[in-house]
Amino acid sequence: MERNVVMIALFAALIAVLGLIPKIQLGFGVPITAQTLGVMLAGTVLGARRGALSVLLFLLLVAIGLPLLSGGRGGLGVFASPSVGFLIGWPVAAYVTGWIVEHWRGAPLTLVAGVASVIGGIVALYGFGIVGMSIMLEKSLLEATALVTAFIPGDMLKAAIAGMLTAALAKARPASVLSRAV
Amino acid sequence: MISLTSPVRTRAHDWPAGAKLAALCGATLGLFFIENLTAHLVILAGVLALYAAPGRVFLRNGLRQLWMLWPFVLVVALYHLIDGSVGQGAVILLRLVSAVALANLVTMTTRLSDMIAVVHWLCTPLRALGLSTRPLEIAIALVIRMTPVLLTKGRALSDAWRARSPRRANWRIILPFTLLALDDADHISDALRARGGLVSKED
Repeated sequence: MERNVVMIALFAALIAVLGLIPKIQLGFGVPITAQTLGVMLAGTVLGARRGALSVLLFLLLVAIGLPLLSGGRGGLGVFASPSVGFLIGWPVAAYVTGWIVEHWRGAPLTLVAGVASVIGGIVALYGFGIVGMSIMLEKSLLEATALVTAFIPGDMLKAAIAGMLTAALAKARPASVLSRAV
Repeated sequence: MISLTSPVRTRAHDWPAGAKLAALCGATLGLFFIENLTAHLVILAGVLALYAAPGRVFLRNGLRQLWMLWPFVLVVALYHLIDGSVGQGAVILLRLVSAVALANLVTMTTRLSDMIAVVHWLCTPLRALGLSTRPLEIAIALVIRMTPVLLTKGRALSDAWRARSPRRANWRIILPFTLLALDDADHISDALRARGGLVSKED
């Protein structure tokens, strides 16, 4: 009980700290932050339920006014902004990512966690993000998709890093990778 | 940790947080039903007047929070200029800016402790069902405490890296950083258990 609560809180804090890492500019001027890497890791390390709870806890703290989103953003305003779909998609992304890592046991963990991060952290997340943006800006789904595709290469990179990190963590602290604990 | 509550004290700081949040929900919902351009202009002017009322420092802080919307404003403005539907674009943008500005206004005038009290109140049905909300309250406190601790440890790690390598640490530092954090989590959960755990037997 105590350990689960602390791990959930820890990953919420980790997502916050990763948002403070300075943005990296990709070749064509798109800034990427490490914050969604934290969301992917919450899923791959904590598993579906705890991962989603951890992201929900993080969003609750953002909503009550802590500036924890990358760039020092926070407060209720971010939930009225066009990118709200992505925030709603975060817990779902962590859940989907964690679910895949929990259930797909046949392949090396690097591959499983990487693929899970792509499906949860990109496919599922962008689904929510694009629908949200299309509603908030009153644009078609196709137009909203065009607005966000520039961020996909950065997220592919983060999914690959999440895969490698998860495998390395499983080697160094097998008991802490709760998604694979028996 | 510094929250986004404005240090400039306003009369609204003393209003009940729950009422402000309920009013915000109502106002935001209302914004999405208004399609009239003039009405939206009047609303935004009113919202900006609310920002200006407590003085210049408050206004500047508030506008800085709104600045994050510029990429969206730019894209939507360009789209509707090219499309020729300027009026429709203006309604979309005015509504967007007003909604975000109102939400930020509530955040700026509500103390963190008042917000946490609202969260506690919202959890009342859970307690009525016999579920303990203590783990949630402890978890909130833990995140607020652990974030600056993790940040300090991360800085120390990257300093150590920089002392040894001319290259930047980048993502390579995330593994040792996560390991430190996981070990911390183990110690904290041991400490919590040693102090009687999260949910006592009488609960």
